[in-house]
Amino acid sequence: MTVSTIDYQIMWNRLIAVVEEQATTLIRTAFSTSVREAGDLSAGLFDARGRMIAQAVTGTPGHVNAMAESVSHFMREIGPDNIFAEDVYITNDPWMGTGHLHDITVVSPSFRAGKLIGFFACTAHVVDIGGRGFGPDASEVFEEGLLIPIMKLATRGEVSKDLIGMVRANVREPVQVVGDMYSLAACNAAGDRRLHTMMTEFSIADLAGLSDFIIDTSRAATHAAIAGVPDGSYANQMTVDGYDAPVLMAVTLDVAGDRIKADFAGTSGMSPFGVNVPEVYTRAYACYGLKCAIAPEVPNNTGSLEPFEITAPDGCILAARRPAPVSVRHVLGHLIPDVVFGALHQAMPETVPAEGSSALWNVQISGRPCDPDSGLPSAEVLTFNSGGTGARPNFDGLSATAFPSGVSTMSVEATEHVGPVTIWRKELRAGSGGAGATRGGFGQIIEIEPRAGYDFYFNAMFDRVDHPARGRDGGGDGEAGRVELADGTKLRSKGRQLVKSGQRLRLSLPGGGGYGDPAKRAPALVAADLAAGLINPQDAKSDYGYGADDD
Amino acid sequence: MCKPDAGLRRYIPEGRNGMKQAMVRVGVDIGGTFTDVALAHAGGLATCKVLTNYSEPETAILEGIAIAAAQAAVPMSDIGQVIHGTTLVTNALIQRRGAKVAFITTQGFRDVIEMRSENRFEQYDLNLTLPVPMVPRQDRLTLNERMDHAGHVLQPLDPAEVDAMVATILAGDYDAVAIGLMHSYANNTHELQMADALRAAAPDLSISVSSVISPQMRELPRFNTVIANAYVQPQVARYLGRLIDRLCDVGVTGPVFMMHSGGGLISVETAVDQPVRLLESGPAGGAIYAADFARAQGIDQALSFDMGGTTAKICLIEGGRPKTANTFEVARTYRFKKGSGMTVSTPVVEMVEIGAGGGSIASIDSLGRIQVGPQSAGSEPGPACYGQGGTAPTVTDANLLLGRLDPDNFAGGTIPLVLAAATDAVATALASPLKATTDEAAFGVTEMVDENMANAARVHTVENGRDIERFTMIAFGGGAPLHACRLGEKLGIKDIVIPPGAGVGSAIGFLKAPFSYEATKGLFQRLSDFDATAINAALLALRAEATAFVAAGADAAPTSTRLTAYMRYSGQGWEIPVPLEFATFTDTDAAMILAAFEENYRTLFGRTIDGLGVEITNWSLVVASDVPPPAPVTRRTGGTLIAADRTRQFFDAGLRNMVEASEVTRAAMTTGRMIDGPAVIVEDETTTIVTSAYRAIGQDDGSLLLTRKEGAA
Repeated sequence: MTVSTIDYQIMWNRLIAVVEEQATTLIRTAFSTSVREAGDLSAGLFDARGRMIAQAVTGTPGHVNAMAESVSHFMREIGPDNIFAEDVYITNDPWMGTGHLHDITVVSPSFRAGKLIGFFACTAHVVDIGGRGFGPDASEVFEEGLLIPIMKLATRGEVSKDLIGMVRANVREPVQVVGDMYSLAACNAAGDRRLHTMMTEFSIADLAGLSDFIIDTSRAATHAAIAGVPDGSYANQMTVDGYDAPVLMAVTLDVAGDRIKADFAGTSGMSPFGVNVPEVYTRAYACYGLKCAIAPEVPNNTGSLEPFEITAPDGCILAARRPAPVSVRHVLGHLIPDVVFGALHQAMPETVPAEGSSALWNVQISGRPCDPDSGLPSAEVLTFNSGGTGARPNFDGLSATAFPSGVSTMSVEATEHVGPVTIWRKELRAGSGGAGATRGGFGQIIEIEPRAGYDFYFNAMFDRVDHPARGRDGGGDGEAGRVELADGTKLRSKGRQLVKSGQRLRLSLPGGGGYGDPAKRAPALVAADLAAGLINPQDAKSDYGYGADDD
Repeated sequence: MCKPDAGLRRYIPEGRNGMKQAMVRVGVDIGGTFTDVALAHAGGLATCKVLTNYSEPETAILEGIAIAAAQAAVPMSDIGQVIHGTTLVTNALIQRRGAKVAFITTQGFRDVIEMRSENRFEQYDLNLTLPVPMVPRQDRLTLNERMDHAGHVLQPLDPAEVDAMVATILAGDYDAVAIGLMHSYANNTHELQMADALRAAAPDLSISVSSVISPQMRELPRFNTVIANAYVQPQVARYLGRLIDRLCDVGVTGPVFMMHSGGGLISVETAVDQPVRLLESGPAGGAIYAADFARAQGIDQALSFDMGGTTAKICLIEGGRPKTANTFEVARTYRFKKGSGMTVSTPVVEMVEIGAGGGSIASIDSLGRIQVGPQSAGSEPGPACYGQGGTAPTVTDANLLLGRLDPDNFAGGTIPLVLAAATDAVATALASPLKATTDEAAFGVTEMVDENMANAARVHTVENGRDIERFTMIAFGGGAPLHACRLGEKLGIKDIVIPPGAGVGSAIGFLKAPFSYEATKGLFQRLSDFDATAINAALLALRAEATAFVAAGADAAPTSTRLTAYMRYSGQGWEIPVPLEFATFTDTDAAMILAAFEENYRTLFGRTIDGLGVEITNWSLVVASDVPPPAPVTRRTGGTLIAADRTRQFFDAGLRNMVEASEVTRAAMTTGRMIDGPAVIVEDETTTIVTSAYRAIGQDDGSLLLTRKEGAA
């Protein structure tokens, strides 16, 4: 080792701080609820060849992987001779960016002494993109809103008034969306300033050597980790709700030496509704699941992502073709790690969790005055909510916690200030975790009523209502989700529906699957769940044999 | 008769109003390892450190005070005032040694503290576990009641249900009760109804009410805060009672005041009612200590850097006042990771704390990279070079290998350092897997820890919309003077101040703190519907509340009022603090408040946004007694070069080389004495490394100024 290797290590560390700062800038200035409350964004630095070398750890670890691929699309579309200092590029093309129109990706080239040294990129979910709004009901992407192909947002520092005007005219919240476009560009600029400070300090003229060091080190560590996975071919299938018809998700993992391939052949075809997933997003979440299980310590960059080869047949629901609707691609996307884990479990027992609730239960509410002449304003409310995660080999699943997404929920008090709703209940859903030696995480129950004088529409985009999370190795299934009014009237789990003044929407979020034979669960843990009121005496007895006739 | 409250109003601190100039005052800081004492008397300052006594913290206090009083030749009975800060509350939360608490909340919300933010603070760890809630689910009880966001009653509270709850609590063998209902910051009638009923039925029961302890919007931090308060209250009450009794026994009859986390003093009675305000009181003392030097030296923007054995703490000090916040995260369970602790909303000196200290352990990760901390070797077994059986290489071991510590003169020679043990630890755990020399590996360790601290400082200033190059660093704590110059090089900081007495900085800081109390109130208003009447009523109530608490300690001393509105654009989730003049507002003041918001927003984010509404979510009002400005110290930027006692070599990270350095004692660096880096300035409590890029100049107040040489990179 030479001192320069230590320098590279120090600079690598610094780059992580640079991209974290880039992301923080965005979180603090963004309008998008999902960015500021939930961390639904990504930020990263790429070298001059378009390879990602550092990425901020944000709320959406799978989705950020999609951005890793995007810069090469920008380089190709803009063209190497057309890249200038102080340019800013933009797109929200679901197939070039991160999978749906609501995510805007902005890329800024970085120049040093007149030479292109790399790119900063960031992505944020904006509050609105026109079209039908955030929901699954469109039948083509054209209905889902404005698509900005890869283009220049700014040329040599000059912002495109045409583009800004076009966006302004096509979205419901023009000030906020245009504001977020500027925030995205500004956060790249913040990262760029910090990068140059570092390069001056370490007297380097470009990123080539550092980039090779980071990517080679990460690739080698990832390959070494994969080599620890026994060779073989491992297949798994999982059926989930889909929109109007069940969706079969199928994957085959081929492990040979230090390489791993995941292929989604056998997966259902596309849906006529917006639950379709562009392949880039499938790769991102499949890779995330594999990485968590196989090489969790290796930082995310092109070197650590490349060794995972992921494909899905063109035209299946996990590799949807244009112009398929893809607005709520996160629902099936979030379920991808579960199907991957089921295959990986055959190769690596005692490593991965049972299936979980997995897909977020995002509730998009549009409050409307019952009497249009009342003068009461309409308002939009978005909340993020999570069910239970699958039980782990040595730990219970996490209750009401996002996985694989890493987003946060919002304060109920804050939400009630935002829009005309009363949330009467948001608490754990007793009995919903699958039984097992380790138990699945509990889901939650949420009850929402329009405030006096209002009705509301909500966009349902919920899964695991017909197909609960399955247990593993003898563990029981988690409870399925339910979508209904508080009086028990069943509602649909996908699509826009009305809740009238005086009615209450009740969402029962799914629990995670259990792991291992419930009879092997430590009686003290059963007793603790019982004392907490999280399971009832009947279930304690039937699932765990607890409290059965003594002696 | 010696009662804590008997003397409460008798004394006014030294210099507060000139009446009691010669009063002997003692500051006592209980830390994880040491209990520090600073005793101010007519002849100056006496300080000492004694080992913390975990089972009876007051015993160490008495021991320390006795030593300091003997040093100063002051009889115990002359001690007019004891000012105390402690990690007791923080430790009780971390170690889960607290009361059996019942939490009473709104039906439908008993799991708020268990569901937290529903997120994972570490994205790639499939075996992540979450912090266990402080109150188990069976002790979280609910009332069928509900306020809306504006404080209107949606579901009235049935008195019969209150009675039933009282019966449940009485039957439950609880030490303490926390009450936290939805939207109680907007209307606390139901909370008070429940609390009154409980007090009537069980006068001795400890009861904490969220609208009193933390009346701010957002249920999770408010509930956490009221529960934390209840959880530690019986313990804190017992401890402070014992402390006062023991002080009386030895003749210290003057009042005891407590340092709170917001950087001021409160009475013991207030501390017993609101012990959650004592979180982080020790570090707050350190920030006050640094702020006092900043004020004296006229430093407008300072960055305090306090590095101990386990962590480093960074705080911004502007206009002589440490920056404060109204929420922070306590008891992080996972590598100091954001999100792995418990967010509480109570006024606090805002500090960034990272797992970087002298005891931080260095290791090689699966990618062959050097990682430093957050695990620490602590004081047992300590760094390998302590020779107490530690085998893991630490930052202190690396500093020793690089010549920055003298093995024969560490802690005044009381702890001989074993170079061979440090070499072995670094060679085995780092150099060998890295295929590097031990010096290279040691350099990697110090460089990585410096990088981690520099990154944390840089991000913190950026988040506050500030430019770190403009700041002066004030470095104290055992480790900071060793690392300050390298940090300065990395951050582009020109001037670094190393104050004297840094080993007991927090305890000295206690003696400089004002009496203060911060009252907060969640009051949501859009500026377009600005209602001055409602705001004025709320602010008057806040001021009356805060003034009463301050008067309990400062009597009629002059006070100042600072007002802050927390504001944002409608649609945003982050509020920014907007300082405003305390005044009676009229409806036309909305324009003035908007202008103040825009000015602050621009400072933080570089721009404002047209066409969006602006709203206020919370108010904060601080009443503080006026602390007279410290005697101004004129900075000396040059002086007389002094000769080295001897030379020794250390590794200068900026130059990537061993350099021949001049060694002098701190005592020799009197006013106007100067030495050029590379130099080492030694004292019992710490070692100041002056790198080649800096020079050191003794200042009139006993501090050292390390200033960048002209032309040095």
